[in-house]
Amino acid sequence: MNIPYTVEERPDTGLTNGKLGIWLFLASEVMLFGALFSTYIILRTGAPEWPHGELNVLLGAINTVILITSSVTMVMAWATLKLKDWAKHRLYLIATFALAGIFLVNKYFEYKDHFDKGETPAHSTFTAIYFTLTGLHGIHILGGMVVMLYFLGPGTKLWKKNPDQFTNRIEFTGLYWHFVDLVWIFLFPVLYLL
Amino acid sequence: MHSDSTEVKKSIRTYMTIGVALLVFTGITVAANQFHFGVPVAVTVALIIAMMKGSMVASVFMHLSHEKKWIYGALILTVLGFLVLMTVPIFTTMDTIGKHVPAIGGAAEHQGH
Amino acid sequence: MDKTGIHPGGEGVQAVAHGHDPHHDELGFWRKYVFSVDHKVIGIQYAITGLLFLLFGFTLMMIMRWQLAYPGRPIPLIGMWLGQTRAPMGIMLPEFYNQLGAMHGTIMVFMGVVPLAVGGFGNFVMPLQIGAPDMAFPKLNMLSYWVYFVGGVTMLASFFPKGGAAQSGWTSYPPLAIISDGQTMWLIGMIFLITSSLLGSINFIVTIVQLRARGLSYMGLPFFVWAQFVTSFLLLLAFPPLEAAGVLQLMDRLAGTSFFMPSGLVVSGRPLTISGNGNPLLWQHLFWFLAHPEVYVLILPAMGIVAEIIANNTRKPLWGYKALVYSVTFLGFMSFIVWAHHMFMTGMGTTMSAFFQTTTMIISIPSVVILTALLLSLWGASIRFTTPMLFALAFLPMFGIGGLTGLPLGLAPSDIHLHDTYYVIGHFHYVVAPGTIFALFAGVYYWFPKATGRKMNDVLGAIHFWGSFICINIVFMPMFIQGLSGMNRRMYDGGAQYAYNAGLPLKLNVVIGMAAWTLGLFQLPFIVNFFTSIFWGKTVDKNPWEATTLEWSAPSPPGHGNFLTEPIVYRAPYEYSVPGAAKDFSPQFEPEKA
Repeated sequence: MNIPYTVEERPDTGLTNGKLGIWLFLASEVMLFGALFSTYIILRTGAPEWPHGELNVLLGAINTVILITSSVTMVMAWATLKLKDWAKHRLYLIATFALAGIFLVNKYFEYKDHFDKGETPAHSTFTAIYFTLTGLHGIHILGGMVVMLYFLGPGTKLWKKNPDQFTNRIEFTGLYWHFVDLVWIFLFPVLYLL
Repeated sequence: MHSDSTEVKKSIRTYMTIGVALLVFTGITVAANQFHFGVPVAVTVALIIAMMKGSMVASVFMHLSHEKKWIYGALILTVLGFLVLMTVPIFTTMDTIGKHVPAIGGAAEHQGH
Repeated sequence: MDKTGIHPGGEGVQAVAHGHDPHHDELGFWRKYVFSVDHKVIGIQYAITGLLFLLFGFTLMMIMRWQLAYPGRPIPLIGMWLGQTRAPMGIMLPEFYNQLGAMHGTIMVFMGVVPLAVGGFGNFVMPLQIGAPDMAFPKLNMLSYWVYFVGGVTMLASFFPKGGAAQSGWTSYPPLAIISDGQTMWLIGMIFLITSSLLGSINFIVTIVQLRARGLSYMGLPFFVWAQFVTSFLLLLAFPPLEAAGVLQLMDRLAGTSFFMPSGLVVSGRPLTISGNGNPLLWQHLFWFLAHPEVYVLILPAMGIVAEIIANNTRKPLWGYKALVYSVTFLGFMSFIVWAHHMFMTGMGTTMSAFFQTTTMIISIPSVVILTALLLSLWGASIRFTTPMLFALAFLPMFGIGGLTGLPLGLAPSDIHLHDTYYVIGHFHYVVAPGTIFALFAGVYYWFPKATGRKMNDVLGAIHFWGSFICINIVFMPMFIQGLSGMNRRMYDGGAQYAYNAGLPLKLNVVIGMAAWTLGLFQLPFIVNFFTSIFWGKTVDKNPWEATTLEWSAPSPPGHGNFLTEPIVYRAPYEYSVPGAAKDFSPQFEPEKA
């Protein structure tokens, strides 16, 4: 039994099921991170003093550059697929995966540094919201890496069977990935700079 | 949709351009931090820069600039919900019936390391 | 090309059941009945699991009612088996009373009503009503059910560790929830339940937008589908903040953070060594941001079910279809900006109190429009008092009482006296119990023939209805009196210590208890009816109620892929008693005679 509009678009909405589905998922993610940003606002306005200079701005900036670059490689991974260039697509997808990995490694060192200095989540409401926001974001990076690994590995079978559907799925992965980048674009100034 | 290969090639140029723009704006973000604004100004500046970067990612990388009505609709609803979540709790917390009495043995004793 | 812009026979539009595809016949027992991706199987799984949890949650309340009616007396039948930590010598401990209270609320709302109303009815009926072969994402649908199942099992299991289950109310307010037992498993269970709802809501929205049959425009949708549509948006956007809040509370409990813990807390004589500076109100905001839309999640599908049944059993179109659709959409929007009417007593200033009071009053308007439209649908009707119709009719005044009693709670000044009293319990139970749950019963009786090909017994149905209707009113009506006298909720002694002149109101607990236990007995005809009808119920054809909506054009039960030929919609959903027509109903799926 075939579910319609999994690959071809429905004429009146112009959408495939997956496209609408992934955007709705991203909408829910906006509200998820929104709750944490709201938490940040309330905790910061309620705190007698808010720390400055506890976070490594340089590392945060480097991570921002890494993530933005990974967004470029991700959209290229999709664009090259639309041009049917399989080799370039693989290259770009692997690059995105690698950049994501470097981001996480940087975060590991950052976290370790904080823990060594006693700046655990329990230390203050600042560290609490810092670890929670970046931690949840990190989990999303990890999730994205898992999906990318799937499309680098077992998922490639779909390219032979149904290249359009595979291309769409890479597009949806890209949308998710750009969203993760978008969250960081707000996280970085809010936590590290303000 | 970008089904035409020439269209996709044009888009690739745009992606690269926007990518560079984002990196430039990241530099601006960090540089702006060097100015020691008061908190309200700092927040406004930071949010404006972040929103510019965010809209570049959304409209170009996520193709939002030529997306369909349903997507826009869902996102507008979400943005409204997000704005409510950002503003109403803090307004409610700030609007109290009495004077705030700081807790005994509170923040002052736990800050500083 | 019709309004939906779909060409006949176009690629991909294959809403046809593959009855004789040999590949499908190879599905083993597990893939067919347990890990099925078919929306009908999943819908039935949700429904039966939901009904079982409803029964369990109800049992918890029946035990609580014993303590309230006969304080300090050993619980009969099961008292001696509850153990020393819950009921030594069979006499309930206050801690156990609190566990029963918190878990009753949690189980009824998150594991009973929503899975049945949305997961059960939504999954089973909605794709059939829009002419779809299944949900847009069948595998995601299956995942949603099993994540719900795991969440439910986690919640049930939370009774067993030392310290027992969650005992800080279904609302889990910190700081109490942070320092109490049982809360960690509750939080983990909630994360599973919330994830299940989120995944389900995505599936519902995409299905309704993308998989409508040819000729089915939005204003041609049955009101049940509109209700599920708005409900799904509420779930999608309102649940994530609670998921985040749950993680924050878990961190407060496990990682020692102080998101919700203010400075200077002293517990059992010892000051807590935490960083402090947290805000307990932050939890309340994040919790109620979901929990208010959640109550509309509880009522909207019920209104949808009642609308379908009323149209069918009055043999008339629904009065004010457009008003119903606009109201339900407006209600959805408004539900996001009323939440702090649950927080009037938190020291909120007059500005924000006035804001929330105003939005709360405004949101009552669409609710009244919907109720009025349903009532007006009865005017001049040829009413058939079938079992589903009995429950659907009862819904109307019961929801009316529930809604009206909400007004003094939504108005901040009167809420000062009524907040956290039994008046609140009376109010919301009227809406959910003789309101939503009656509508869900109506739905079971109504769609049982579609799911099984058999009708449920009408005599047992009538006994179930009348017994439940009378008992449920005796349970909840006295609570308004109790609340007005000041009896506080969530108290082991029934709130006597805070009540002024609680003499008679307290004695009412005996009456309420008796009615509650009798109400339990009257569910037995339903349970017996449900299971015996599956095997020995009167067999019926595919449209026993002579209804007009699409699901009645599929076989009973529908096969894999649902429809034998591609469903096409020719007219509005409630074309009953059309002047000049041969029958008193003109189904959506029947073309005009030449």
